[in-house]
Amino acid sequence: MNDRFDYPSARALCGLLLILLALGAPLRAAELNVYSARKEALIKPLLDKYSAASGVTVNLVTGKGDALLTRLQTEGRNSPADVLITTDAGRLYRAHEAGVLQKIASPALDAAIPAHLRSEQGDWYGLSVRARAIVYARDRVQPGDLSSYEDLADPKWKRRICIRSSSNIYNQSLVASMLAAHGGEKTDAWLRGLVANFARPPVGGDRDQVLAAAAGQCDVVIVNTYYLAAMLNDKSAQREAAEKLKVFWPNQNGQGAHVNISGIGLTTAARHRDNAVRLIEYLASTEAQTWYAEVNHEYPIRSNIPVSKTLAAMGKFKADTLNLHQLGQHNAEAVKLMDRAGWK
Amino acid sequence: MNTTSVTAVESTYRLHGQLSSWRLGVLVVALVVAMPVLTVFGFFLQPATDAWQHLVRTGLRDYAINSLLLMLGVGAGTLLLGVSTAWVSATCEFPGRRVFEWALLLPMAIPAYIIAYTYTGMLDFAGPVQVALRELFGWGYGDYWFPNVRSLPGAVVMLSLVLYPYVYLLARAAFLEQSVCVLEVSRTLGATPMRTFLRVALPMARPAIVAGLLLALMETLADYGTVQYFGVSTFTTGIFRTWFGLGDAVAAAQLSALLMTVVFVLILLERWTRRQARYHETGTRMRSLPRHRLEGWRMAVGLAVCFMPLAFGFLLPAGQLLAWVVRTAGQMLDADFLRITGNSLVLAGSAALVTLLVGLFMAYGKRLHGDRLVQGAVRVAGMGYAIPGTVIAIGVMIPFAWLDNTVDAWMRARFNYSTGLLLSGTLVALLFAYMVRFLAVALQTAEAGLGKIRPSMDEAARALGHGPLDVLKKVHVPMLRGSLVTAMLLVFVDVLKELPATLVLRPFNFNTLAVRTYELASDERLADAASASLAIVLVGIIPVILLSRSLSHTRRRYE
Repeated sequence: MNDRFDYPSARALCGLLLILLALGAPLRAAELNVYSARKEALIKPLLDKYSAASGVTVNLVTGKGDALLTRLQTEGRNSPADVLITTDAGRLYRAHEAGVLQKIASPALDAAIPAHLRSEQGDWYGLSVRARAIVYARDRVQPGDLSSYEDLADPKWKRRICIRSSSNIYNQSLVASMLAAHGGEKTDAWLRGLVANFARPPVGGDRDQVLAAAAGQCDVVIVNTYYLAAMLNDKSAQREAAEKLKVFWPNQNGQGAHVNISGIGLTTAARHRDNAVRLIEYLASTEAQTWYAEVNHEYPIRSNIPVSKTLAAMGKFKADTLNLHQLGQHNAEAVKLMDRAGWK
Repeated sequence: MNTTSVTAVESTYRLHGQLSSWRLGVLVVALVVAMPVLTVFGFFLQPATDAWQHLVRTGLRDYAINSLLLMLGVGAGTLLLGVSTAWVSATCEFPGRRVFEWALLLPMAIPAYIIAYTYTGMLDFAGPVQVALRELFGWGYGDYWFPNVRSLPGAVVMLSLVLYPYVYLLARAAFLEQSVCVLEVSRTLGATPMRTFLRVALPMARPAIVAGLLLALMETLADYGTVQYFGVSTFTTGIFRTWFGLGDAVAAAQLSALLMTVVFVLILLERWTRRQARYHETGTRMRSLPRHRLEGWRMAVGLAVCFMPLAFGFLLPAGQLLAWVVRTAGQMLDADFLRITGNSLVLAGSAALVTLLVGLFMAYGKRLHGDRLVQGAVRVAGMGYAIPGTVIAIGVMIPFAWLDNTVDAWMRARFNYSTGLLLSGTLVALLFAYMVRFLAVALQTAEAGLGKIRPSMDEAARALGHGPLDVLKKVHVPMLRGSLVTAMLLVFVDVLKELPATLVLRPFNFNTLAVRTYELASDERLADAASASLAIVLVGIIPVILLSRSLSHTRRRYE
């Protein structure tokens, strides 16, 4: 009597469990499963277009890149994911190292995407380019005083620079590219000089740096240009702030401005390989590339696609052609150097 | 006296031969719930990597000091706000008291990271307040001093403002349930109201206050969103940095294990200071506390004490959110938005129910069998609350995937049939993670409630021939109704706000309000994120109102 099990509710629980399982593991043929570190708003419209054109149902989970990668790793060969989309090359490199990606083998993609923006092994491709530029306050900085990232370590910029935390992947990638170009010692010295010039301890995101410069807290900031472009297209006070600043393309006489990519890899566990490759080819197509450029102000992966008006106004620039897997290779060392330099 | 009665209860149980089955049940459930925590601790067995040398040389000191200061600050803040509002609203009479009773809970509906976004939006250097000041006085950068919101003190204030309701809720219930006799004895012996509060009411309410405080502190330790946005390096941000930046999952898990050890020590310390004291009362309340009518300046103080936390913890941030929503609602509210809200509700509701049942089962098991093993097991099972959601998520993911893949491999070998992933990536995994993360809330509340029921109740019921389950159903659950409703609603609100575990573990095509908020806010689109944020707050208010109704219900029963 005392320990009698409540059978109707137990049955209901089992039923619920089965329904949940059924919901969790759909096994229809024409479909494709996507793990994406790109936010839903910045990828789903493209996936929807692909679905409509191909008749393939695309299932999506978004999340942070490392967490998705961990999920992919623990799920192993049974992982439902067919592709992994990330917002930087470092994570794709890490996925490659973890052995969860396989060769895509698409001559069309090899032809469309420059060699330094994809993996040497052909298991991931860049889909859009993000530039990390110097942005300065028009009323307080002469563009002639600016030249390169390296120059920002000069004492003349003391208490004039704002940049976000070193926990941010774009800063880690920037430092990784410096490591690739100059080696540990020089990068270490550069970092110490740069940190000494900070106007404030790093807080907030890229837009916050732009706002701080517009309000006069600092004169020079380092940000990804699509943030600035989004602010310039905003209706609120953000636009006003962004208009007080201007982009300077650094290192134009040297290796070029630092760029990263958002990209995509094909998983080892992929069960819908053909659909996956077709999706990747679609994302590199002119239609999708134009969308990236117009909606999120990212640079297309191919140079023959027009950029948004806002980006066009920022001018053409020479981009660093460092092979991007090097950003992944140098990431951990970059973080250590930033820690040692006191970059919070 | 207590010891002998407990022994008597135990011997009765032994007669019925059920001692071991309930005990075994608690231990098994505790083991399952502790699995994610143990998975993380398991990393301690792996050799330390060179990331540790780096941590010790650079960030570790900062992480430890900042986490400690944050806990001290939030501890002091939540105690101050929670106890003062609880005492004033439970024992005094002043205009608006009935509104404050429930309104003081409202800040709980606002996730810490959202209050951080809104205050930053308002008070930052480029925000409207400072811009107005500069325009008014013609100041430039560096001409004036203004407190920096995005700092350690700022984080303390933000977290205190949204976490004090835990202390308020439990302290208030304790004050209301206190026997009038004891307080009146204190007054007739010549103690002032203040002295009665400090020497009698406060010590008697201590278990409840400490339970609330522990919840607030554990939540503080697990916070990632606020400290990360404010650029304060704590253990949590350190864990993420080590894991993602240095790419060292082992060192990151070891850091988490260190954090858990701190929590464990904290809990033990509290137990130790309380030692043998018992808090159940021998008298039964005959009538409610006579309220102290506040007049003149006392009324003003009473009003201020209650209004300030409400204004800064809810009205102001919610107002800012509303202002943003008005600007962006057109684009952000669509059919999808309704679906997402539904997802959030269903998820939070089912997680609350599951967590409550497990919490009650374990709290009661601990009451039945106070032996060390059971106590330790229950403690370990409740530790998830102090662990960052992402770490819990990984701790859930690893054993679930292992189980799925093992079953799959066996089925493939045996029947040449692949079962694939049965649990990983389903709502079951997500609900389990919520249960692990928030079990402490249900446990603390249920235990605090059970602690106030005299063991003689159990004895009487048992002597009449009822088994433990029957006693629980017929005696404790009705008496605990208030505590159980509280526990369930607290878990509901917590799950509604939960982000990191949801983000990592959710199935395909499944969004919640918190995920929507995060995606927009982390893209620095605060105004666009406001619709989802405000929806979390509004949905969170529903249980808060239910909670306040059950509160006044409890009170009326005693009146």
